[in-house]
Amino acid sequence: MANNQSEIRYLTPPSVEIKKKKYCRFKKNKIKYVDYKDPEFLKKFLNEQGRILPRRITGTSLKYQRKVAKAVKRARHLAMLPYLTDMLK
Amino acid sequence: MKNQYETVFIATPVLSDTQIKEAVTKFRGIITENGGEIVNEEDWGLRKLAYPIQKKSTGFYHLLEFKAEPEFIATLETQYRRDERIIRFLTFKQDKYAVEYSEKRRNKSKAEKEK
Repeated sequence: MANNQSEIRYLTPPSVEIKKKKYCRFKKNKIKYVDYKDPEFLKKFLNEQGRILPRRITGTSLKYQRKVAKAVKRARHLAMLPYLTDMLK
Repeated sequence: MKNQYETVFIATPVLSDTQIKEAVTKFRGIITENGGEIVNEEDWGLRKLAYPIQKKSTGFYHLLEFKAEPEFIATLETQYRRDERIIRFLTFKQDKYAVEYSEKRRNKSKAEKEK
């Protein structure tokens, strides 16, 4: 019986989830201005289709998310980033 | 009250070097003649576009930073629209963080030149 119980425990392991705390990279590095002239940096905030990633994924604070969005849109207007694409990364 | 602005334009790749210079001098002239004051200028050269504009896949980028009256921006933008050589432009007012950042950027590029 004891053997059986241990087997069951093995099949349903306790969920070990160590959540890595997200942080806002602008606050951490004290970046005050998001530059639209640097498309390589802005790509960190885009997914493969070239869409802006939500805050819940990147961990950016609201204040800087707005600035990132503006910078990305400026870069797109100047054809430094695509409006839509595939396989950006 | 003068504000500090930043403007980038993309010229068509079909132009020759002298024609590009001509276009740049023209816009520089427009700024200075209307009471503007050029703070910084950068030539990014021929760059690939992320998507085609007017069926062209490359373009000459040029950046100008200047101080001017707000009324002047409308004049500048109409000049951009009238000019066939310009395929895309962007003008915006720099906030205090942008001014700080551009100063840092300028000093950095200056230091690199001196090396």
